Amino acid sequence: MKYTIALAGNPNSGKTTTFNELVGAKEKIGNWSGTTVERKEGLLVVEDTKIRIIDLPGTYSLTAYSIDERIARDFLVKEAPDLVVVIIDASNLERNLYLPLQLLEMGQNVVLVLNMMDVVKHRGIEIDVNALSEILDIPVVETVASQAKGMNILKSVIAKTLDKSPKILNIDYQEVEGDIKRIEEALEGVDLAFDKRTLGIKILEGDQDIFDKLNCTEYFSKISALRNEIIESRSDDIETFMIERRYAYIKGLVKECSKKYLTWEERVTRSDKIDEVLTNRFLGIPIFLSLMFVLFTFVFRIGEPFVGIIEKFFSFLGQQAVILVENTGWPLWIASLASDGIIAGVGSVLAFLPYICLLFLGISILEDSGYLARAAFVMDQFMHALGLHGKSFVPMLLGFGCTVPAVMATRTLGSEKDRILTILVLPLMSCAARLPVYTLFAAALFPENQGLIVFSLYLLGIILAVIMARVFRGVLFKGETAPLVMELPPYHIPNLKSVLLHMWIRSWLFIKKAGTMICLAVIFIWVLASLPWGVEYASENSVAGKMGSVIAPIFKPAGFGFWQAAVALVLGIFAKEVVVGTLGTLYGVGESGLSTILPQHFSPLSGYAFLVMTLVYIPCIASIAVIKQELNWKWAGLSVSYTLVLGWILSVLVYQVGGMIIK
Amino acid sequence: MTPLSLLPKGTRAKIIQIDAGRGLEGRLKHMGLYQGEVIKVVQNTEGPVVVAKGGMRLALGRGMSQKVLVEEI
Repeated sequence: MKYTIALAGNPNSGKTTTFNELVGAKEKIGNWSGTTVERKEGLLVVEDTKIRIIDLPGTYSLTAYSIDERIARDFLVKEAPDLVVVIIDASNLERNLYLPLQLLEMGQNVVLVLNMMDVVKHRGIEIDVNALSEILDIPVVETVASQAKGMNILKSVIAKTLDKSPKILNIDYQEVEGDIKRIEEALEGVDLAFDKRTLGIKILEGDQDIFDKLNCTEYFSKISALRNEIIESRSDDIETFMIERRYAYIKGLVKECSKKYLTWEERVTRSDKIDEVLTNRFLGIPIFLSLMFVLFTFVFRIGEPFVGIIEKFFSFLGQQAVILVENTGWPLWIASLASDGIIAGVGSVLAFLPYICLLFLGISILEDSGYLARAAFVMDQFMHALGLHGKSFVPMLLGFGCTVPAVMATRTLGSEKDRILTILVLPLMSCAARLPVYTLFAAALFPENQGLIVFSLYLLGIILAVIMARVFRGVLFKGETAPLVMELPPYHIPNLKSVLLHMWIRSWLFIKKAGTMICLAVIFIWVLASLPWGVEYASENSVAGKMGSVIAPIFKPAGFGFWQAAVALVLGIFAKEVVVGTLGTLYGVGESGLSTILPQHFSPLSGYAFLVMTLVYIPCIASIAVIKQELNWKWAGLSVSYTLVLGWILSVLVYQVGGMIIK
Repeated sequence: MTPLSLLPKGTRAKIIQIDAGRGLEGRLKHMGLYQGEVIKVVQNTEGPVVVAKGGMRLALGRGMSQKVLVEEI
């Protein structure tokens, strides 16, 4: 016998932390079908009872105004869970009881969780939990999810409430009650999963989703007409009136159940004080930029030694594989496949895992503490001037680690246009995979100015992103960015467990998606470099080499019109960092040998042109796959074509113009 | 009746009207920013305006805050 329950709550209420506490590591992540909204499911076992928990998207209410809300309520009516656990930030009851109220109005079986009780106590607020529980006729549990307090009580309350038969909470809509009844009567015979009163209320409010559903039935015109009649007869807006009534109920409830409730006018909270500095007109952006600088230094400094260790390990592993094969007498190509193909493939993915993990760790900390919302706010004006939304900056930030999770992170952007625009410029944010290419070339060709060269490339990427955003905005997406409406959650000390979990989930996503692609790519490369049968690995006569020779002339104006460079770039389509390994293979030296070989084939200028090409040209295969998944082939195709063209133009420009300047 | 965007930090104001297209207006209202409710301006220099309602801090883009019409109290 299995039960199903749903977890609902506002964003920033501690819902995710609670979900993790209840479910432990047994989590399944996917998408709500037909959307890109994340869906999480887990298993909770309480006293031998198995309970399936679905984490609903965080919402403030259950209207039709956002896809998150529609997903939540569709789930509630279609799947009719046995219980809904609503988690709210108890330090702001008046605002946060709105969602629980809507759930109760829908007749759901509710357990109310008052989370962040530590903040409540700190603010001097006292909540009479028993009164609240009695008036609403539901169990109420106090928790501090970030400290895992109250979790066991919550679990047993959940177990006890599973079989309860819920009642519908009727809010008194006063003079509108008569109108609700009239609509209910007109709905006689309609078969939509919602109950009649809920439908009546939502129809009066003008719920677009309900209208769309009704549109398919013969009742639509009659009900529309009835609704219009009711609306005309009123002087005010009916939806506002109903919202007012709900809040009036809540205000009454809060007054009844909160003793010593301090009026907010008097209190400037600790968060407000911090905000005065962090979102200050003059300090805000510098502080943000400094934090970003610290973040990146942290990631690359600490990550580097680990990356080195991993690379050495896989190199060692590769050698062992060859020895093993030689000893067992298997044909040589197996050794090559194992060492240059599979091991190299896996190794190249895992090699930049330290950067990915550290970047996500840093971002999780910033996110959980509440700072990231402020950063979006601080950057909004600037982003707006670029034609981007303030919220675009988090994905762009992630793009410095890896484009794949960055593209996924654009889900937080409400407007489709803003999302597409952000995704189009994301590949220009120089990802971690390109770094090995930069550092190699910088060390070999610009030994005096390595840091500067690398930095210039990052900067160039950013500048290009800005320009292309403007261009696309003007050409493709005329019109304003979606307006910024964003809650600034109170600051919190980030919860270590939560942060690590967030980091791990995103890193794992990267390994799965990008990792598989990269591994397959490297093996494919191996195939190209090993055929025709018996050819010297990655020589000019292999398939790869021949492809390179055909393409190479295109790059002559950019200074690197030789087949090795062409092959490296082509193979770099699969995974950017493969460029390094490929060059090493093609020249017959290991990576360490490359620093001596490179200056023989590249001048500093052509080397830089090559780096510009690497920076700009085409998102890697994994990114293309994700872009296609999140949007469609059209946009993926555009990403591919514009970056290829732009990359070529720029690298040629660099070489030609640079050549003229130097002379 | 003035747009929210013109009010300095520290002002308390009562919401009169939101002129912002059904979707946006609806979202704000369900969040608690509806006619008659009082909000306080926490920040208003350039860019987004931050308002407080109870314990909630909400950042509204400049354009948005120009469409929220309020009365100072």
